[in-house]
Amino acid sequence: MADGSYLKGFGVTFKKLFEDRVTGDYRGGKGLEKGKPDEKRPKADRLHGRHVLNRYEDGMEKCIGCELCAGVCPAKCIYVRGADNNPEAPTSPGERFGYVYEINYLRCIHCDLCVEACPTQAITESKLFEFSFTNRSDAIYTKNELLVGDDGKPQQLPWEDWRDGEDTMTSGWMRATSPAGDHRYEGVVHWAGELGYGLRDPETGQSAEANDDEGARPAASSVEHG
Amino acid sequence: MTITDETPETVDGAARVRQRGDDAAVLRLSEAQAAAIGTDATTPDDDERVLLNMGPSHPSTHGVLRLMLEMEGETVIRSKPVVGYLHTGMEKQAEQLTFLQGCTNVTRMDYASPFFTELAFSLATEKLLDIEVPERAVWIRMLMSELNRISSHLLFMATNGMDLGAVSMMIYGWREREEVLRFFEKVTGLRMNHNYIRPGGVAADLPDGWKGEIEALLELLPPRLEEYDVLMTGQPIWRERLQGVGTLNTDEALALSATGPILRSTGYAWDLRRDQPYLAYDEVDFDVIVGTYGDCYDRYAIRLNEIRESMRIVEQILDKMPLGDYRVQDKKVTPPPRIRIDQSMEALIHHFKIFTEGFKVPEGEAYACVESPRGELGIYMVSDGSSTPYRMHVRGPSFINVQTMPHLMRESLIADAVAIISSVDPIMGEVDR
Repeated sequence: MADGSYLKGFGVTFKKLFEDRVTGDYRGGKGLEKGKPDEKRPKADRLHGRHVLNRYEDGMEKCIGCELCAGVCPAKCIYVRGADNNPEAPTSPGERFGYVYEINYLRCIHCDLCVEACPTQAITESKLFEFSFTNRSDAIYTKNELLVGDDGKPQQLPWEDWRDGEDTMTSGWMRATSPAGDHRYEGVVHWAGELGYGLRDPETGQSAEANDDEGARPAASSVEHG
Repeated sequence: MTITDETPETVDGAARVRQRGDDAAVLRLSEAQAAAIGTDATTPDDDERVLLNMGPSHPSTHGVLRLMLEMEGETVIRSKPVVGYLHTGMEKQAEQLTFLQGCTNVTRMDYASPFFTELAFSLATEKLLDIEVPERAVWIRMLMSELNRISSHLLFMATNGMDLGAVSMMIYGWREREEVLRFFEKVTGLRMNHNYIRPGGVAADLPDGWKGEIEALLELLPPRLEEYDVLMTGQPIWRERLQGVGTLNTDEALALSATGPILRSTGYAWDLRRDQPYLAYDEVDFDVIVGTYGDCYDRYAIRLNEIRESMRIVEQILDKMPLGDYRVQDKKVTPPPRIRIDQSMEALIHHFKIFTEGFKVPEGEAYACVESPRGELGIYMVSDGSSTPYRMHVRGPSFINVQTMPHLMRESLIADAVAIISSVDPIMGEVDR
């Protein structure tokens, strides 16, 4: 006891006084008022956040109202109704479009199975997870809130905490899960272009890994496009 | 179960526990018997006894554990854990969800180590499906499990420190855990409740640059663990608070079905990774950490050193990670690659079938267990041939380990009761399910 090991512990804590904060420049919004930097950590590409409903590059909606997202949702938080397109002024290419699209964020668990299920990449995830409501009806996002704007960016609602650059990062999980476990399909574009962004890049996948690791088993790199 | 040399005579052990007399350990007593012991009044001064309710809302009860403590002064004479405050019917819920959706449910049980429940669920389903998972998926699963063991034990370090008054340790533990969770976020898109390990493989491949991330993590952790050693392991205060507190011997631990660090702290080397290898644990080197005294200090030290062992395993995984598919290429189980939906009608139909109806699992029963940070986590699955489980039972290590608490706390001080709850490290989400 007399060896001072009581005090060594204090040494660890004391040293921390002079180290940088792990939270960095994040001040929870208070910094902005005082003119100090207030930055969040960069979000992961695959982060599951609030959903967006995408549009094709020509502005048409991608949703075809097939209800696959509603069918796969384990929390049953999605409500979709499809309707026939008006042939004169179609909302989506093809026959039908999502007439009603609602997500209840009081139920949503952000598992992103809807994103994996969507056959037209209409629903993808943004990187926003900081949104809170003061009443239940605000928690139900309808097509008005979910659909991307005319510039292809997600709409920013008053209670959502978006920062610069975050609104351009969507569909990371959709792209990551697209090969469905088949390594030959990694690095392949599986999706259509998006309004405002065009074609998004796929992840490199195992091809990069195989190059810097000679001993590993090589992955086949070419895929037949039928 | 393989009987090794160090397997003690469990039958004798149980007999000895029973011999200790009716008023000794509260083992498999009926309510009436327990009440009888209480009124038996081994002590004449019954008036001195106080029934103290601890929890369900108490900072040291790790959520919503409630303990009824029969106190005599500061000494806990008997105690009884009361569970069920977080019961959400997850086993029943599993019967409503398809095998594809099931992982979103089970991952919420043990929220400090979600990958393990996903893994047990997937292994049980795969046993029923009789499919073999591609090699890369096996190694990714192992990588994520071991990282999850690290994050879970770091969480234990944090809460154990907090419960015993080392509040700065709480901050440090959470801080390091956050680094691990940040990697999980890069891989699965979520910090917890990942829904990443699925029947048939894993949902997505490891992201670009994952090796660098893990190397950075393996570099960051060892000096931090040494700080923990200075802050806690070598601290006389810490040692006095934990050594000799809440002791259990091997026989008692086995009689109570305790697993994980609690069983290992008694000196009994039982680790499913070594004794019933699953995934590819027989291809990596690691040591099973055991204690000697079965006290809170041993349980703390085991977890601290298991972090180091897990890091050793992760290092080996980095070298051995194979390339190739990471989800079984069975069209009835795995949805087609997205690009195939537009190319092939069959792929489109499979896609729709799997995401709406789910895949059908042959009739049968299967049990799969994994070594979670808390002990043996098993899932017993019964399928009636449809796409949802007929019944799913979870052998939750936290739930079973909570049963050791009355035993550990007997005749200890109330302050030690806090240390004991903490060292059992129950996750109430999994206790109550």
